[in-house]
Amino acid sequence: MSVRDNASVMAAALNKKEISAVELTNQHYEQIAAVDKDVHAFLYLDKEGALAQAEAVDKKRAAGEKLSPLAGVPLALKDVMTQKGIPTTCGSKILEGWRPPYDSTVVTKLKNAGVIILGKTNMDEFAMGSSTENSAYGPTHNPWDLTRIPGGSGGGSSAALAAFEAPLAIGTDTGGSIRQPAAVTGTVGVKPTYGGVSRYGLVAFSSSLDQAGPCARTVLDTALLHQAIAGYDNKDSTSINQAVPDVVAAAKKLDVKGMKIGVVKQLAGDGYQKGVEDKFNEAVAELVKLGAEIVEVSCPNFEYALAAYYLIAPSECSSNLARFDSMRFGLRVGDDGVKSAEEVMNLTRQAGFGREVKRRIILGTYALSSGYYDAYYGSAQKVRTLIKQDFDAAFTKCDVLVSPTAPTTAFKIGEKSNDPLAMYLNDIATIPVNMAGIGGMSLPCGLAAEDNLPVGFQIMSPAMKDDRMYLVGGALEAALLSKWGKPILDFAPKLAGSK
Amino acid sequence: MSLNYDQVIEKYEPTLGLEVHVELNTKSKMFCSCATEFGASPNTQTCPVCLGLPGALPVVNKRAIESTILIGLALNCSIAPYSRFARKNYFYPDMPKNFQTSQYDEPICVNGFLDVQIQTDEGEKTFKIEIERVHMEEDTGKSLHVGGSTGRIHGAQYSLLDYNRAGIPLVEIVTKVVPNTGKYAPQVARAYVAALRDILRGLKVSDVKMEQGSLRCDVNLSLAQINSGKLGTRSETKNVNSLRSVERAVIGEVIRQANRLEDGERIIQETRHFLEESGQTRPGRSKEKAEDYRYFPEPDLVPVVPDAKWIEELKKTLPEKPADRRKRLQSTWSVPDKEMAAMVNAELLDTVEETVLLGADPTKARSWWLGEISRIANDRSVAATELISVKDVAQVIELITKGELTDKLARQVVEGVIAGEGSPADVITKRGLKVVSDDSQLMKAILDAVTAQADTAQRVREGNIPAAGALIGAVMKATGGQADAAKVRELLLKHLGQ
Repeated sequence: MSVRDNASVMAAALNKKEISAVELTNQHYEQIAAVDKDVHAFLYLDKEGALAQAEAVDKKRAAGEKLSPLAGVPLALKDVMTQKGIPTTCGSKILEGWRPPYDSTVVTKLKNAGVIILGKTNMDEFAMGSSTENSAYGPTHNPWDLTRIPGGSGGGSSAALAAFEAPLAIGTDTGGSIRQPAAVTGTVGVKPTYGGVSRYGLVAFSSSLDQAGPCARTVLDTALLHQAIAGYDNKDSTSINQAVPDVVAAAKKLDVKGMKIGVVKQLAGDGYQKGVEDKFNEAVAELVKLGAEIVEVSCPNFEYALAAYYLIAPSECSSNLARFDSMRFGLRVGDDGVKSAEEVMNLTRQAGFGREVKRRIILGTYALSSGYYDAYYGSAQKVRTLIKQDFDAAFTKCDVLVSPTAPTTAFKIGEKSNDPLAMYLNDIATIPVNMAGIGGMSLPCGLAAEDNLPVGFQIMSPAMKDDRMYLVGGALEAALLSKWGKPILDFAPKLAGSK
Repeated sequence: MSLNYDQVIEKYEPTLGLEVHVELNTKSKMFCSCATEFGASPNTQTCPVCLGLPGALPVVNKRAIESTILIGLALNCSIAPYSRFARKNYFYPDMPKNFQTSQYDEPICVNGFLDVQIQTDEGEKTFKIEIERVHMEEDTGKSLHVGGSTGRIHGAQYSLLDYNRAGIPLVEIVTKVVPNTGKYAPQVARAYVAALRDILRGLKVSDVKMEQGSLRCDVNLSLAQINSGKLGTRSETKNVNSLRSVERAVIGEVIRQANRLEDGERIIQETRHFLEESGQTRPGRSKEKAEDYRYFPEPDLVPVVPDAKWIEELKKTLPEKPADRRKRLQSTWSVPDKEMAAMVNAELLDTVEETVLLGADPTKARSWWLGEISRIANDRSVAATELISVKDVAQVIELITKGELTDKLARQVVEGVIAGEGSPADVITKRGLKVVSDDSQLMKAILDAVTAQADTAQRVREGNIPAAGALIGAVMKATGGQADAAKVRELLLKHLGQ
């Protein structure tokens, strides 16, 4: 048993009592101790809590209690999800020191499933960014090349997986924050259908787009985690009251014969790195070999997705982030007993929010202002409807849609940090999925020839048909694995001190 | 030289607009399951949702939607088949999320009306008050600014915040402009709020206690020269907390605005605060530069799409309209107008009806509640219904009717019950308050009295009936007031051959 194993392998070993949850947890803390000084995936480690949880799982197993499939397997939690008593910063200074008094529904479900929560992972501040460089606590480094970004906003979670610091991770995806980090780190990430996983306890960036989801190193592991966290929650009004599709069975099926797979014409070409397009096309060819039928589909309104997204998301964030006012939690600056409440709010927000967050708050405040609302927020909502219609039309012709996840492989830290527009373009292929509220997966499909860095393959499925992306993803993963002869992460250079 | 109300009204025409906020009496808050009880220790009825903690999400209280639809139906509104919540964004320390979840351009009830009656010089007149909208929102927390001279946040040394009220369901009922009230604007405003309060009470959706803030009224008022065909600039007087204050606030604003206009000044569009002591208003926040609340649809909540069948069912549960009910009770009980008005004003109509429903005679029920009990209640500044239960009053009245208590004894019983001595039966036993109805016992007392006052007895025998008073008094004294005076009189006169 090694930290390099997959979660399902670890689960089997735990089940057979070949290893205890405490031992497995300790192994991961050893790996974290060895590599995280270089990777910086974690913002907080809850060793004491995790080991207590592991011990409890071991006791239950020894007593012969029936445990859930992932009981005893460790996980890294994105620092945007609340966990009772554990610091939750969202990568922001403004929440420094805040320990939420309640568990998010995802955390409740993980705890109930006996999943061991190792700690909280780094992220772009309030999930705004595509590189994790916007974290107030310093960037996370891509385990494939420490000078490069691990994607964002959930770069901490994806890097933790790629560096074998955890076999499972939770991410959140507002415009690609699960899928793009998965793509650039050679891991798997799924944004479930909007409403498929409860948002209760997910600190909101853009409420109508945010969605928590599972991340892992294989499609099956991702499915197992998906099953553990998904389902209706009466604490989230936007949660869907329907049975969760059987994603685990779909991931194991490995059969795509006769499936119609749509390649989105608009998600290719200009701006896409050649090595990315090549690997994507090779993967499509693999699917053909497996018996799937390829159709080209056109989604003309995707062209406006990025612009509309950068009106809707900032608008909602300008309102969601208003509560960070220093009055009741987190940072407080300038409270000298003389300054007014307004001045203290002002100084706190000045000091507590980073540049990108401020940029989006200002953008959103402007877009919602009287006289501009119709032109900006109103128009963006119309675009959103058009994008939904594009997807609806496409899904009449095929079962799933595919595209590259991100237009490029991991770029250098600092390369785009002064060019917000270039940064925003990273999410050009992932944003339409959020705008329509459907499901999206990214899994690795090879290494780009020009830089030997992983390329992500995106699969998009209709709302509440999340099983379809697992079906296609599982089959493609198996085909690629046999082609490569070993998991893609085994091609990555070994980090100093790593197992 | 400032004009008084009568002088103003000869020259100016007031236009009213009323916004009423009602706290619903749901057990839990609008968007979470916290309790809503009034008066709990600060910050004991809170949770991540109503504290607006990061990550928390709202879930709509279905009961609050039901109550709002009922209000809309009772006010003759159409119920929107699709309505949405919206965020109203602004910063204030007692606003947990720094936005209020409210409704904006898609309210749940629209276009209703309420007829109100007032007494005019030409007799009773009905005014139709048109309702623009009825919508749902959440209340904010309460702040107490300490150390400043004004009690406002500016200049305060520190502020205390209580979030128990944050998230309590509020319904806002907004009228369209109410034109053509002429000099009756104050009475119309008051009658509207009173009628609205009665409707809400009848629906049992709110405690409607103005003094506790569960019903709050903002009075919008503008003046224009009579026949000018124009509308003046309006002021908005906030949180007027009693019916009388509504009336006074209108009068105060009419006079203030008119005198400004007379002085050649303009009316500033602003909020104003009503001053209970003087009946005047002081300026609040200017609304000249309209605050931009950046409303947008609340993405954390799904639209409210009430089922048409549900609305029909709710319609069937609507209680009798207060005005109709009043007319019905007045005629069944044969109550004169003045007494009826007194009962309504004292807010004892429900109580009297409940007492009657327990078998009490309507006239007796009314006179007990409005007389003796109200008198004690007024002395102690509490509500009559807090002193004694409807059941106990009905029981006392029953005993009077049966002849087991005299009015005088009954007053002692009521006093005893109010003093906490137990039920009427308990008080009667403990204080020994039975009517002496034993003839032989009475006769003994009569004979004693006749003997003691032989001269008086002789005068009665000779036909001087009023002289019997002294003898009856003596008998009543001898029996400790527990005899039925009429009975004593009858036996005495018979004994003396009259």
